[in-house]
This record gives sequence, C-alpha cells and structure tokens, in this order.
Amino acid sequence: MARPPIDYLYYLRAEKLPHMWCPGCGIGILVKSIIGAVDELGWDKNDIAFVSGIGCTSRAPGYMDMNTLHTTHGRALSFATGIKMVRPEKHVIVISGDGDATAIGGNHFIHAARRNIDITMIINNNNIYGMTGGQFSPTTPYGARAATSPHGNIDPAFDLVELAKGAGASFVARGSVDNARMLQKFVKDGLAHHGFSCIEALTNCHTQFGRRNKMSDPIKMIDWIADKTVSINKAKRMEAAELEGKILTGVFHNDPDKLEYTDSYAQMVERVQAKKAK
Amino acid sequence: MKKFISGNEAVVEGALIAGCTFYAGYPITPSSEIASHLSVRLPQIGGKFIQMEDEIGSLAACIGASLCGHKVMTATSGPGLSLMLENVGMAIMAEVPCVIVDVQRGGPSTGLATKVGQGDMQQVRWGSHGGYPIIAMTPSTIEEVVKFTIEAFNLAEIYRVPVFVMTDKVIAQLREDVDLDSLQNYPITNRKIAGSSEEFLPYRAETVTDVPAMSPFGGPHLVRASSTTHDQHGRPTSDPEKIAFKNERLFRKIQDNSDSICQYQSDLMPEAEALVVSFGISARSSLQAVAEARAAGKKVNFLKLLTFWPFPDKAVQDAARGVKKVIVPELNWGQAAVEVERVLGSQIDVIRINKTNGLIIQPEEILEKL
Ligand code: SF4
Repeated sequence: MARPPIDYLYYLRAEKLPHMWCPGCGIGILVKSIIGAVDELGWDKNDIAFVSGIGCTSRAPGYMDMNTLHTTHGRALSFATGIKMVRPEKHVIVISGDGDATAIGGNHFIHAARRNIDITMIINNNNIYGMTGGQFSPTTPYGARAATSPHGNIDPAFDLVELAKGAGASFVARGSVDNARMLQKFVKDGLAHHGFSCIEALTNCHTQFGRRNKMSDPIKMIDWIADKTVSINKAKRMEAAELEGKILTGVFHNDPDKLEYTDSYAQMVERVQAKKAK
Repeated sequence: MKKFISGNEAVVEGALIAGCTFYAGYPITPSSEIASHLSVRLPQIGGKFIQMEDEIGSLAACIGASLCGHKVMTATSGPGLSLMLENVGMAIMAEVPCVIVDVQRGGPSTGLATKVGQGDMQQVRWGSHGGYPIIAMTPSTIEEVVKFTIEAFNLAEIYRVPVFVMTDKVIAQLREDVDLDSLQNYPITNRKIAGSSEEFLPYRAETVTDVPAMSPFGGPHLVRASSTTHDQHGRPTSDPEKIAFKNERLFRKIQDNSDSICQYQSDLMPEAEALVVSFGISARSSLQAVAEARAAGKKVNFLKLLTFWPFPDKAVQDAARGVKKVIVPELNWGQAAVEVERVLGSQIDVIRINKTNGLIIQPEEILEKL
C-alpha cells in the first residue's frame, strides 16, 4: 500500500516560515529528506532532540517542531553527547555544515565518532562557509575560489567519509541533493542505526560557492554535483580512468554490532553496582 | 562522624549532597582529582561521568545534560576555564543551570600548573563576550568548600545560570575535618518545573526579574533552547523590545537579588582603624594576621568574602565605616582591590598586597601593613 503523503507542516514551526535560506539552497532538500526519514520511521517528535551549532545549516532546527537546541559554533556534538548520555532512549540528531562540523568542530566530530555514541550526524557539505560570506572550508576543492581563496584554494580537502570511518563511526554514508530519494534513504538508515552514524550530504550553495565558481544558478550546481558523483555500485563496473575526479556516493560502512557508548556505560554501571552490592 | 578530606574531595562531597548526577570534564592540574573521585562515585549511584575531548566540549555536554533535567558540574583550572568561556555565555543566554569549579593556579597562560594563584576572579566575571552577571563563590575552609559547592548548585537551579566555585591549588590539597553526616541535611533547592498541562514557553517571563520555569528535554513539552538572542518561545528575535526585555532580565534576575545571593563573614569591632578584606586561601592568612594584630592591641575589622560575584558592595561599605585604611591581600594584581576601590571611592586608602610568585601570602606580610 502506498504511504500517505507526508504532512510536512506537522514537523515544521509554521510561524517561523518563510525560512532564511536562499531560494534554491540545497539545505531545503536535505531538511525535506530528514523529515521524510523521521516520518517513515514513525518517530514521535517528542522523542527527538535536534541539535545544531552555527551556520546556514545550523538554522535547520529552528524550523523544526521537535526538541531543539541551537548552540555555539562547532560544538553541537558535545551538547548532543550530554543529552544522549542522560537520555539514551531518545533520538539525538545533529545537523552541521562542513565548516561547523569539521573545522571548528573537528575535534568533537572525531571523538563522538570514536565513542560510537548513538547520535546521527548529518553534515551538509556545500564546500563553503555560506553564512559568513563564502570563505573556503576544510572541504573546498583544490583550486576553487572562495572569499578567502581568491587565487584558487590551496588547502587540501578532507574526505568526510574516510574521516568518519577512520575516527570510528559505525555507519557512514554519502548522498547528494541530485538524488533526493537516495539521500533520504541514507538519512533514514543512519537514524535507525544504533551507534554513531554520519551522513554526508553533498549540496549546493550557489550563492557563495557557485557564484565564485561559474555556477551561480542552483540547477547548474546540482548538475555539477550530479556529474561528479558516482554511486559505489556503479563505480564497481567502471574503469579507473573513468572514475578520475569522481566522488563516490553510497553506504561505505555499516557495523551494527559495534559496542555503542551509552550501552557500554550502562554495562559498566551494572558491573560497578553488582560489585558494590556484594 | 568527621572525615579528614581535601578541598578537591570536598567539592565532590558537596556536589553529591546537592544531587549532582552528571559530570563532564577534561584533565587539568590541580583540579583532576575531582574528576577521578567522581569517576568512582557517579557510576555507583547510576549517575553519568564522561571525560570529554576538551574543556569546550565538557561544558557543552554539561549544558546538554542539564537541559534534560540533571544537576551537572565540570571542574577545571585557568587554561581550561579560558576554553570554556564561550559556553559560559551559552549557559547564560540559554539559561541553563550548571556548576563550574575553577581550581585556580598561577598564571598567566599555562603558568604555574602546580602552584597557587587567584588570578581568575575577574575572568569569570567578564571573560565571555557580550556582558552578563555572574555568581561566584570563594570558600576558604574545607567545610566551606562542601557548603558552597551545595550553595552553587542551589543558586544555579534558582536562577538558571552557571555558578562558579573558585578554589585554588592549596585549598584543593589542604585537608581538614568535616562533619559530612550533618551536611547531608543541608537545604537543597531544585529548579522550577513547568506544569505538564499548561502551554509551555521555554522562556516565559512576566517581569524583568522572573526566572522561567523549565521543562526537561524528553518530558511533557517540546523544548526549544537557544544561544541566539530569543523571545519567550525560544525563537531568534530581532525585535528591539524583546531583545531589551531578555537582556535586562538576564542582568536583573541576578542583580536585583544580590542581597540574598551574597554571603560573607564580617568580624567587626568598635572604633576599628583598619579593615582587611580577603577571600579564599588569602582569607586564611588574613584571619591569622587579624588575630595577631588584635592580640597586639590593634583595632582591626575583618571581612571574608564567600560570594565574590555579585560583589558584596554593602558588606564592604559597612565593614569600612570609620576605618582609615583597607588592606586587600590576594594572589593576583588587585582583582578584589579594584572592586573595593570602586565601592569606597577615594575616601579611604586601599592598600594592596599582591603576590604572584606561586606562594601564598604569609600573615606577617599582612601584619606589616596593619
Ligand atoms: S548562503 Fe549558501 S548555504 Fe547559505 S542559505 Fe544561501 S545558498 Fe544556502
């Protein structure tokens, strides 16, 4: 049976609309995919804590009708860690931009992943600092222009999938806004995963990134994203030369058996209390 | 029964009596024993202990847990405090109760990790950007450390603010007898919780001195908390009237209640000619200096500050009435003295005794000036 259409307004704070994002901004597609995923999972809004830091992406919780916490730049995962530690039964979601998550928040990111605490980290990777005016971020491609790399970016970029995997995340996926259904599927699987899940969403900031890199129109940027991405399944059938410069999308790591941090803590408490009772 | 405990242990005992169930911290000398003890004690009572990746994350985690209804604490020393300051502002703006213990060491910078200092007193007041009032306690005996840690939790809950407990390297390791059994009955205050049936506004306030009732994340209401300037719904606002109301309320909920927050001990005598004002470890040296001066026939008042912020202006004025000089011994370059001077104006000579060489002030150094 077909699912009934999603009542998006049920998940949004209508009084906060219209939103502050630029028309055509990729964050909209990502937020839609999050709502879709939550709706598919049938979660109660009150069981969700949606946490963010600072930046265009971090404005998302402000529009969501859930428990929301808007915090300082880069630190969302640490606030979320405190929430998850004392409310392990709740769903804790963090949404973060590439700068928020991996520059100022890089330390918290790798350590939350290392603990494998059951938080879903959704990174809106648009390769730029949008809100502050288009400075290059840790994921800006080599050579790209930004407000602070007018001669072309010379900073090497992070591969967020490798970073998350290396740090210990137990679910790692990358989707992109040109394939919203796949993106929603990854978000849903990440939310349902027990352990630290990281979903990287490749999105368009045509206003700050595109404008400086000959793609000021959102469609152009989404085409650019579509053109440079290849799903891991398709990539298996492609030659190395064809894959040159492509970015893979898909689920790169999924280990549902890895010990989750709050479970591990609960086990420790049980051991301590059993010993004390003796 | 009395227990012979250190200042750092006293913080732990006070926190547990107050009902602390969550601690997040990062190792730093000379505060680390607080974390070690709580890593033993909190799991025993089903509480949560987490060692974070840095001090920034530590206070952030505390704020997250507090929003879920827990009483939370972190402990640090100067360099860690500097890292925490942004989230001190976050706790102020989002109005989240939490207790921050600063076991002061010599500075500036990484300074003297294993030696004493009192150089963070103005930093806790003014360190985070944007301006806000703060509450900071300065116990000087080990029993006071227990009591004022409890008081810090109570005040954090009443006013929805971060509260500092300012000790130092010497108090942290000093041991004294404390009757912990009797302190188990110390009065405890819990935050005001919104009724489950009423329409909930996370920052509901009628007047500029109101402290909004809280509702824990995951409780009966959807909760919004934000570090961005917000209205009573917790929504970002650019309406000057709403901004003014919020900011004035943050200020006045503390300022208008200064008299009931401020605690001190004043030991005054008729026709006193001098006053010694001090706090923390330096108050111990001062106490002895005052006793010796009095034994030698001098008329000296003594004021020990137990609440450093809000600064007890009135207590200083009262204690200074009629005296010719006020002596302020402290382990920094005059962080209490500037407040005393502000309160007294130029009418009375304020003599500073400042030491920043990693040693405590000896009573003789104070006695010389009396
Ligand atoms: S600046 Fe970029 S990221 Fe920010 S709202 Fe506009 S398009 Fe989106």
